[in-house]
Amino acid sequence: MTAFRQSVEAMIPALRRYARALARDADIADDLVQDTLVRALRSERLFLGGDVRSWLYTILTNLNKNRRRSLARRPQFMPLLDNNPDASGTEAEGRDIARALATLVEEQRAVLLLVMLEGLSYREVADIQGVPIGTVMSRLARARAHVKASIEGERTTLRRVK
Amino acid sequence: MTDPRIPVTEDELHAYVDNELPAERRGDVEAWLAAHPEEAARVESWRSMAEVLHARYDTVLDEAVPKRLEIERLVRQPRRWLYGAIAATLVAFVAGGGVGWMARGAAAAPSVFQNFTLDALDAHRLYVVEVRHPVEVPGSERTHLQQWLTKRCGWDVRAPELAAAGLKLVGGRLLPGPSGPASFLMYESASGERFTVYTARAEAETTQMRYAAQGTESALFWADRGVGYVVSGGNDRGRLTQIAQAVYDQMEKNGG
Repeated sequence: MTAFRQSVEAMIPALRRYARALARDADIADDLVQDTLVRALRSERLFLGGDVRSWLYTILTNLNKNRRRSLARRPQFMPLLDNNPDASGTEAEGRDIARALATLVEEQRAVLLLVMLEGLSYREVADIQGVPIGTVMSRLARARAHVKASIEGERTTLRRVK
Repeated sequence: MTDPRIPVTEDELHAYVDNELPAERRGDVEAWLAAHPEEAARVESWRSMAEVLHARYDTVLDEAVPKRLEIERLVRQPRRWLYGAIAATLVAFVAGGGVGWMARGAAAAPSVFQNFTLDALDAHRLYVVEVRHPVEVPGSERTHLQQWLTKRCGWDVRAPELAAAGLKLVGGRLLPGPSGPASFLMYESASGERFTVYTARAEAETTQMRYAAQGTESALFWADRGVGYVVSGGNDRGRLTQIAQAVYDQMEKNGG
């Protein structure tokens, strides 16, 4: 296997994690990863060195943007009844954050996940999204505020219902 | 050492949590946070947000990678040749005897078609090997199939009659195309060779017919009145030409 392919392969678990958080649905997430890998491998000869990791995140982020655009006119699918009262604290927290992520606008969700989950630098995220660092930072700030409010709102609502 | 009296900004708080803050400023921010408990709580909430995210999604890292994502498999699969084949060997198609359909329109940029034809050939390769469920609606329900696809696609989808070329309609299915739905029809000869006709909305209004081939698969593709057509089959170019021409002639008759 070429060094290029090896470095692509090494990224698969992280790409799957990012895609899962980005798209929520496990099958859609793996579709995104598959398309990302196919595109990357197809362009092997076009790749002139540099950071394979950033490049793969860029492809996946763009593919997801295109996918969302084509879905834009369809209703969003939100599970109605995933409130498992017996869920442990960690599970419930995970569910809350997944739900909060789903209500973020696309660019903010990508920034939040790339920074907080995938550990990319602001500079790398700016390159992935093709925007200045300042834009990345304001997207991140808004995303964090939104997720925080959304999670806290969720808890308040639940408490009120009980 | 920067000046600790410089007020800490919102951006700096984020940079602090994300380890993007210059080392010499960290101490200032920490001192400032110690004096501003509400802000400190907010910063802390971002930290726990990251922990929750990791707790929720890091399990994916431990999952076995599904077979369909294995590099060896993806490399072996034929998606790659198409791109090269189409980009490199795009030949202005010379139709043996098909004068009427040669003369149409100026050539559109091949790039418009690259992804399009790629999608069509992927669908072709995926479904021609399918024995039990190659189609969603069988050819025996031709009228229903045409009505359904027309309704879903938004242009007049007709399954051409290819009996003269020795082909019978197996049936069809609806697929996601490059910019909306795509229709996919499959034909089969008595000896089991399969051809597919893929149509989707094309950016180009009208183009010449083009040809792409390598290995055991080839395709002829063109656009007509804003709809793109891809006829895919084996690597017998003469045979494919015969079928594509029959498809073209019938579309022309129907639409014209």
